[in-house]
Amino acid sequence: MNEHIIKDENLVYKKPSTLLDVPMHYCPGCGHGTVHKVLMEVIEEMGIASETIGVAPVGCSVFAYNYMNVDMQQAPHGRACAFGTGIKRVMPDRYVFTYQGDGDLAAIGTGETIHAASRGENILTIFINNGIYGMTSGQMAPTTLPGMKSTTSPRGRDVETMGYPLVITNLLAQLPGVAYLTRHSVHKVANVRRLKKAIMKGFEYQKQGLGYCLIEVVTNCPSNMKMSALAANEFVEQHMLPYYPLGDIKTPEEK
Amino acid sequence: MTEEVIFAGFGGQGVLSMGQILAYAGMMEGKEVCWMPSYGPEMRGGTANCNVIVSDEPIVSPIISTYDTVVALNQPSLDKFESRIKPGGTLIYETSTVTNPPTRTDIKVIPISANETALELGNQKVFNMVVLGAFLAERKTISDEGLEKGLKQALPERHHKLIPLNMTAFAKGKEFVK
Amino acid sequence: MGEIRLMKGNEALAEAMIRVGCDAYFGYPITPQSEVLEYLSEQDPMSRTGMVILQAESEVAAINMVHGAAGCGKRVITTSSSPGISLMQEGISYMAAAEIPCVIANVIRGGPGLGTIQPSQSDYFQAVKGGGHGDYKLIVLAPSTVQEMVNHVKQGFELAEKYRTPVMLLADGAIGQMMEKVELFPQIPRKKDSELPQEWATTGRGDRKLRNFITSLNIQPEKMEEINLHLQEKYRTIEANEVQYEANNLEGAEYIFTGFGMGARICNKAAELGRAKGYKIGVIRPITLYPFPVAIYNDVASKVKGIFDVEMNAGQMVEDVKLAVSGKTRVEFYGRMGGMIPSPEEILENFEKIFIK
Repeated sequence: MNEHIIKDENLVYKKPSTLLDVPMHYCPGCGHGTVHKVLMEVIEEMGIASETIGVAPVGCSVFAYNYMNVDMQQAPHGRACAFGTGIKRVMPDRYVFTYQGDGDLAAIGTGETIHAASRGENILTIFINNGIYGMTSGQMAPTTLPGMKSTTSPRGRDVETMGYPLVITNLLAQLPGVAYLTRHSVHKVANVRRLKKAIMKGFEYQKQGLGYCLIEVVTNCPSNMKMSALAANEFVEQHMLPYYPLGDIKTPEEK
Repeated sequence: MTEEVIFAGFGGQGVLSMGQILAYAGMMEGKEVCWMPSYGPEMRGGTANCNVIVSDEPIVSPIISTYDTVVALNQPSLDKFESRIKPGGTLIYETSTVTNPPTRTDIKVIPISANETALELGNQKVFNMVVLGAFLAERKTISDEGLEKGLKQALPERHHKLIPLNMTAFAKGKEFVK
Repeated sequence: MGEIRLMKGNEALAEAMIRVGCDAYFGYPITPQSEVLEYLSEQDPMSRTGMVILQAESEVAAINMVHGAAGCGKRVITTSSSPGISLMQEGISYMAAAEIPCVIANVIRGGPGLGTIQPSQSDYFQAVKGGGHGDYKLIVLAPSTVQEMVNHVKQGFELAEKYRTPVMLLADGAIGQMMEKVELFPQIPRKKDSELPQEWATTGRGDRKLRNFITSLNIQPEKMEEINLHLQEKYRTIEANEVQYEANNLEGAEYIFTGFGMGARICNKAAELGRAKGYKIGVIRPITLYPFPVAIYNDVASKVKGIFDVEMNAGQMVEDVKLAVSGKTRVEFYGRMGGMIPSPEEILENFEKIFIK
């Protein structure tokens, strides 16, 4: 090994100190790892790791507490926003975030999500939308695209019988309690940078007590899409993003 | 001394509140008390009733099925509870809402016209105090001073100006008992 | 002497929460316990002690708010009635597994299904046997008076925090709705943030190097079994140390009447009536339904002709009584269901039918 090159002046990339030094269980090419890293970078750079409490969901990111070195609780499926509400109400000076997938947030937890948003809870939700159930291996999600195949829509999602994808972030925009809604992706470096800025804004708005903030990240699931990482990212670009267009949906100025 | 009484009538006659005033009064006199309402849909326009137990001893069971006194303020209540009065007990009933008077002879029966009295006093809301007057004149469970203290506890502060009128109604009620 | 008041069971329960230094209450309205949240809303506990109250969108949300807030080491409580408690079971199982202290009060109404809003004791199994999934127990306290509604809130938090476990108060609609004289304990100050348990609670990392995390998930069965063994060991300790019951007239008794909560009070009256007729009747009332007072039943079993168990259900606690006496004496049951309450006379009459004639 060329250990002599390990010097500060040669450093081009560093894992944030807020990420624990353990291998992640996520599949190669999965967007979760990137979002975890970006979220932890923001928390490190804002210097709020000691005053942040996170909530992990049920889904692929159920083990988020294994990687993030901030105090965390793991909620029953769908209940992260209720946890976030409970935590923030008794610890109002802490930063509170929930990290949830599409099944957790937009299927089983729709009620908790909408009501936390409607009450204007001062919490930040990171919403990972990959259009499929990852952890249970590829079943249809509330966000699965029309015609998209999954193990429970093997001939493609038939909207006549299975209903339409739930574009929940846009739905939330009508609620006066909501301060900030924005949709991002992590399939390209530039998008990752934009996501990081958005997360930073989310925490800043929370500090100002502006209300509920949600950042949707449209991403992939190479294993369950049965694609290479690259092909899965192409699928995101070609099929997911037209249905879930990137950009701000609501900002505090419009609140 | 233990007094087990049920107040029964229509919702809106102040049945629950007359029981509460008695319970508050018992507490103010240092007695053991228990107030048990029937609750739920019955409260909305149907019949309503509450048991009150006032005792010098700790109250074992709040659930009772026979009574020292039944205060029946309408016909259905009289029909339902007349048979449940202990022999030698008391039945007080409101004449204006009862068409078939009680038939038992082993109890003391006291007809009252509290409705009329309340109307004469110009405030239907003191009906419950007229009834309580009749009740306490017969069953001397609580002193008049104790009752006034209980009334103060039971009434929200903003209604305290009505206490003199309530006590007048109470005194009028006592006149039904000879 | 503390402050004496005449209060409804539900209001006393709510007042006790404020006084015990609760940090938060999360709940959803349901008859016959809606007075709890109404009383709290009227009292505005935020202005009294800084206690948070929040009307959740459902019982499911409420119990998960409790988990989140109690997971921060705060004193948190919720209340509901039977159907609502059914909805909470998943969250309760999570809290038992993750060892989160909290108090849950069930003011039981008659079931099954939407049932009735009248009082019942038909949630005994659900409370005592672990109503949700997995092998867990709750400490279950059964108040029989409005005074005990108050006392058990305080005791409930003490036990919950001592053993890091959810505690359930199992009351019924009658105790919730009736008014009795209560003595209230003086205000206990809420815990300061510096007093929160840093060894497990998610308070924000503060000066700790490593995060605290709360989870009930362990994919490895070996690890999950270890956690189960730990929980079971805790339950054995609770069984050894926390049994509470009340007994009277056991000396020379030929029969034992038994019941819990409101049922026990009616039993006591029935026993009085029976003694007046010359029967030698003692009464046992479990105060902790879990841990169940096994020893006292086993003790009296060899000395009496029979145990008469009365409940406002189809016969639930009676199974534990039978287990406790292990066949040493005859155990018979009488119950009313669906919101019906047996009268003392009715109990005595049925006792005579079964045991005497």
